[in-house]
Amino acid sequence: MSKYDQANQEAVKRMMLSRPVWVDVGRAKDVIPGMKDNLFLHAGPPITWDRMSGPLKGAIIGGLIYEGKAKNREEAEKLAASGSIEFAPCHHYNTVGPMAGVTTPSQMVFILEDKEWGGFTYSNMNEGYGKVLRYGAYDESVLNRLKWLDEVYASVIKEAVHLAKGVDIKSIIAQALHMGDDGHNRNRATTSLFIRSIAPFIVETQWGKKTDYNAPRLDLTNVSDYFKGHKATAAAEVLAFMHSNDLTSLNAIMAACKSMALAAHGVENSTVVTTMARNGTDFGIRVSSTGDQWFTAPANVPDGLYFSGFSAADANPDIGDSVITETVGIGGFAMAAAPAIVNFIGGSPSDAFDATNEMYEITVAENSNFNIPAMDFKGTPTGIDVRKVIEKGIVPRINTGIAHKEPGIGQVGAGIVKPPMEIFVAALRELAK
Amino acid sequence: MKELFEKELKVINIGLEGFAETLKERETPVMHVRWQPPAMGDADLLSLLDKLK
Repeated sequence: MSKYDQANQEAVKRMMLSRPVWVDVGRAKDVIPGMKDNLFLHAGPPITWDRMSGPLKGAIIGGLIYEGKAKNREEAEKLAASGSIEFAPCHHYNTVGPMAGVTTPSQMVFILEDKEWGGFTYSNMNEGYGKVLRYGAYDESVLNRLKWLDEVYASVIKEAVHLAKGVDIKSIIAQALHMGDDGHNRNRATTSLFIRSIAPFIVETQWGKKTDYNAPRLDLTNVSDYFKGHKATAAAEVLAFMHSNDLTSLNAIMAACKSMALAAHGVENSTVVTTMARNGTDFGIRVSSTGDQWFTAPANVPDGLYFSGFSAADANPDIGDSVITETVGIGGFAMAAAPAIVNFIGGSPSDAFDATNEMYEITVAENSNFNIPAMDFKGTPTGIDVRKVIEKGIVPRINTGIAHKEPGIGQVGAGIVKPPMEIFVAALRELAK
Repeated sequence: MKELFEKELKVINIGLEGFAETLKERETPVMHVRWQPPAMGDADLLSLLDKLK
């Protein structure tokens, strides 16, 4: 076995041994090392304001208004272009965010601890579907929901996770792959398991019986007639919101995947990809043995299914850190586990098997934690080897949501996307130096 | 050779999928094998891969 193969085995072993546990919730500027008042994190590789795509600009505008730094779009754009606000990839701060990934200083974030290797990873709270900040929307409804998430939701689940003494996210992912999730585009099972893990403790928090408090409220009247003329407890609001949003668990899953990818980073001679991320303009990767160097190229537009009234003409190029799931062997790599979403890739379960089988061609190992029942419990393809990507001419398959290209609109569909081959070529050239 | 074309065709297609699709449209049994030259046929990339073996 060559030194490169040995290094890759070591990197993937570290990745699979990582044990991320959700342990706490905190304010970004208080808990993420290096986070500060004028720093806004975003998805993907580094990018300047002038090159940002519509949805990322929209999320930055919304974030600046949410933080009270601007009153409206015009003020926010002026401030963002002034140079007084710093922008940096979430990944530089061991953080990940879906779609635009904008994480502002006072937003509340999940805190996950790697119980095997030590260290922490972070991700903000998932806002649900439709008009949301992560797709670049920032109207009053978006900002009010963010306020509720940070002031009520985060307070409740923070207290609950303390009572639970942590929630093992890796175990939830493994179980969910047996229940029809891929861990990226389909999160119904992960979210159900997430709720089961935390619900008893939510009810036990001081918010369990609290109906009167000075904080934003969530309207539950559309959930059930029961809530008409009846004040819900904060715990009921939180549980109803979790139930309404299949993506409730996604951000915690992404932080768990970041933990696994981080464990594989920094292995000398390893050619394993440890970061894949998109900012809506560029797609970037980083490799275990090439340090903090990004290899980037223009991001592709996803091939997908669109919500009523939208088409490919509305789509923004690929965006988000959620491709951290594929980086560690789930998401598009585990398509064969998720027959309910095969419409994205051709429409039949055999297409899903083809998709997963193809990924074994470019990966180092079969995952020892995540496996697929319908493939005789074969471990998912894990640890993308830059050399194999080039040799086979096959790029990773990625499941993704699709953002509207204009700021302020939101999600318009979901589908699959492939990264540009040039970034793997650039990484190969660096590795061969 | 003549005998071959008098029999029912059973085809294994390697490489370009378009040939297999055409046969499928004509209801000829065909098995497609995905294949492409290593490193997309790029000699420069192949030499880089050799360095990392």
